[in-house]
Amino acid sequence: MSDSIATATPTGGTPKVSKIQEAIIRIAGNSQDGIQAIGGFLARLAGRSEQEVMTFMTIPSTISGGPSIFQVRVGTGEVLSSGDDADVLLAFYQHSYDDHVASLKKGGIVLYDSDHVSEIPEENKSVYRHVPIPISGLTVEAIGGTAKDKGKNIFALGLLAKMFDLNIPKLEKLINERFTGKDNSIAQNALMAFHAGYGYSLGGIIETFQFAEAQKAKERPQVVMNGNEALGYGLIAAGVRFGAGYPITPWSDIMELLRRELPKYGGTFVQCEDEIASVSMAIGASYGGRVAVTGSSGPGVSLKTEALGWAVMAEMPLIIIDVQRGGPSTGMPTNVEQSDLNIACFGGHGDSPRVVIAPADVEDCFYTAIEAVNIARKFSVPVILLTDQGIATRIEAFSEPDLEKICQDISPDLSPRPDHKPYDLNAPDGITRHLAPGTPILSGKYPITTGLEHDEMGHPTGSPKLHASMTAKRRMKLQALSRELPRPRVYGPPEGNILLVGWGSTQGPIKEAVERARKAGDSVSAVHIKYLFPLPEGLDEIFAAFNHVFVVEMNDEGLYGYGQLAGLLRARFCDPKIRGINKVDGLTWKVRDILDRAESAVSHGMKKL
Amino acid sequence: MSNPTSDTAGTRGNILAVNAPEAPGTVERKGLTKKEIAADHPTWCPGCGDFSVLALYFKLIEKRKLWHEKITTVAGIGCSSRFPYFVQGHGAHFIHGRALPFASGISLSRPDLHVFVFGGDGDAFSIGGNHFNHTARKNIKMTYVVMDNWVYGLTKKQTSPTSPLGFKSKTDIWGAVDHPINPMKQAISAGATFVARTTHTNPNHVLAMMEAAMDHDGFSFIECLSECVEFYEGAFDASNPRKGGVFNLVPADHDVTDEHAAYKLADTPFPGYFGLFYKNSKRATKNALETNINTDAQSRVQGQKSWQILQKNFDRSK
Repeated sequence: MSDSIATATPTGGTPKVSKIQEAIIRIAGNSQDGIQAIGGFLARLAGRSEQEVMTFMTIPSTISGGPSIFQVRVGTGEVLSSGDDADVLLAFYQHSYDDHVASLKKGGIVLYDSDHVSEIPEENKSVYRHVPIPISGLTVEAIGGTAKDKGKNIFALGLLAKMFDLNIPKLEKLINERFTGKDNSIAQNALMAFHAGYGYSLGGIIETFQFAEAQKAKERPQVVMNGNEALGYGLIAAGVRFGAGYPITPWSDIMELLRRELPKYGGTFVQCEDEIASVSMAIGASYGGRVAVTGSSGPGVSLKTEALGWAVMAEMPLIIIDVQRGGPSTGMPTNVEQSDLNIACFGGHGDSPRVVIAPADVEDCFYTAIEAVNIARKFSVPVILLTDQGIATRIEAFSEPDLEKICQDISPDLSPRPDHKPYDLNAPDGITRHLAPGTPILSGKYPITTGLEHDEMGHPTGSPKLHASMTAKRRMKLQALSRELPRPRVYGPPEGNILLVGWGSTQGPIKEAVERARKAGDSVSAVHIKYLFPLPEGLDEIFAAFNHVFVVEMNDEGLYGYGQLAGLLRARFCDPKIRGINKVDGLTWKVRDILDRAESAVSHGMKKL
Repeated sequence: MSNPTSDTAGTRGNILAVNAPEAPGTVERKGLTKKEIAADHPTWCPGCGDFSVLALYFKLIEKRKLWHEKITTVAGIGCSSRFPYFVQGHGAHFIHGRALPFASGISLSRPDLHVFVFGGDGDAFSIGGNHFNHTARKNIKMTYVVMDNWVYGLTKKQTSPTSPLGFKSKTDIWGAVDHPINPMKQAISAGATFVARTTHTNPNHVLAMMEAAMDHDGFSFIECLSECVEFYEGAFDASNPRKGGVFNLVPADHDVTDEHAAYKLADTPFPGYFGLFYKNSKRATKNALETNINTDAQSRVQGQKSWQILQKNFDRSK
């Protein structure tokens, strides 16, 4: 990339300053080194400036220790993915260096802790620019002998601040904010470490870099958070006031947030004895009159499917969040994967249609949570919100939502009704309306809510005719939803050679792949499917305008050669040109990999035919 | 359900402040009559003990003037769990073993309702065993009546977690070999704050236990022996004076606040004792503890609308 550090041309004299559009910085160390904190500070700072930011994090699933990385991509202009190759690697240990030096662009810069990294292979020296800095020693020197490993992350932040000419007063303020409330000396130490790093002379070795000014100021202030936070706040904005859950990574953050925040709004989040109790309790609260939330990851989602089936049968609104991780079984708890689409759409026995939606990025988590709540209420149906480890822990900056306009009140209406028939077969689009318990029904005939096949009042029936018509009713309301959903829009020209299809967190890398391919003169467009079940209308027309349709997913190609969404789309459209580009390495897509895989799958190249 | 409205009008989404509006003409309302409470004709076998429990629930509703909009009847799966279909009122028939967490969701979000849960021994002590323990220890306000018949009836005679050793069922043709659960001991050790035992053959006693359970502020548990005439006929004859058995009330000098004494009482061989074994009125309910957390949290955001509270979090994310 011509506008990044590796090839930036120095301007000016000493110290040399290069103007750059963006930088990808990978910080590699161990999980207890606080490298997420460095990334967090950089992301926050970018959010307070006019820069776009996206991060990518891997955390080991061990309790303490183990290699960990944090990659932050800061840029002027839209940042779509966390980037393929890094411009700068900051390596704390020999293993950090060994494992991650290959993630650098040629000509990239390695800052390494020379107190811990001693072996630099000879062949690397001509490929990357190496900058040894005794980070551990200098940190101890700066803040005293007892510090040990503590504080070297902040020292490193100082180094980066110097290197990228970052806004020092803003960073100082962020450091102060982060450490306030704790022992005053902690903030003092942090600032000392920061200034020691900032004061370290890099001048003779490498130039400094400056981000180009943004073209136009953002209309609304930027907020910086990860996907789990955005989702939790979205639920609160949507009016959700009750939730229940059980701890499991990476879902736990959402439950911790809701447990902490809901009481301010008069709501409650309950930590349950298990996953089944969680979903059951949430359904109980939904039955109580206000749609409630439960969530999980991996194996926890499997455990919830029986109760989910009840919510389908009883037509009870419910939000289930699935923060996908690598499976099956305990799988890869801290790695990203999109392999829960099948269980989300089809998990459970019997014909049990439900709604599945997937947010595309951190900002979308906030709005999708609200949308999920409104669909659940309007169609009286459980909605599964499929996010993934990639979005959950990724930090992004986005325009602050207009909360005054967005926040809604969904308190139940308990006013008396003359009569009520929840499972009315003649209801428009077959949509059930429940009355919350506590609602007086003046006819004296009260409906019952049940998992047995039932008549229009909810009373059990063995009638073949009723089972057929109720099954159709539960299906037809989702067909009605399908007609209401916004038609997907093609990114790039609406016709051409290759169409990349994505869902969930792959939207960014896929868009970037389209841009890169088009710059190279290739005919590549993309479509992102947010509403996965039911699918929106219009996809067949979009597919018809391309020679090849590749569904890019982070899941296995399956027994028959198609990933989970590709399989769904083939079943839906019977279109043999739908094929899959799949992977299950537990990492997010690299833009280059998407394009390489697409190119090798088409015999006549990616140019327009 | 109402359409979502913007909360700018100041109606805070306070789920714990839900109050059911009074139905018209409630000033001098009479208790509901059996006719007004009865719904579907029960599907139980003639002679089933569950009929008696249902009749006494009707009596409780009538006597204590529990109107339709003040109660919810919940059950899991099993013969006895068919209960809600026979009651005219808001109710839910949930999945096997999970009636308690479902009921907890109602109890914790709708303080204006009293939640009654009915179920059997399989629901309570086998598939739902863990929920029983945790709902008890959390002291979530509700009344739970387990109609214990010592057998799986709906699936036609398999061994249940309360089947006594030697009971011949389709899954233990040579007689049950697994040590049975003692529901009273289970409830006491799990931390239930109201633990009582009764039997369907003594209607007045069942009603008295139901009333006391309903009046208890917390998780109130009643084990009600309820004979399955089809698959375990005569199981409880030793507790029925009409069948030559003895109905022993809990001794008058038993201290219901003494957990150890209650446990000892529960250890008495069948037919054992009937009545209130244990009651702890001091331990706060989860409902109250959560309300305290809310009151405290809300005192810090007093006068603010939901969006303003949320705005603070967004301001901190800038």
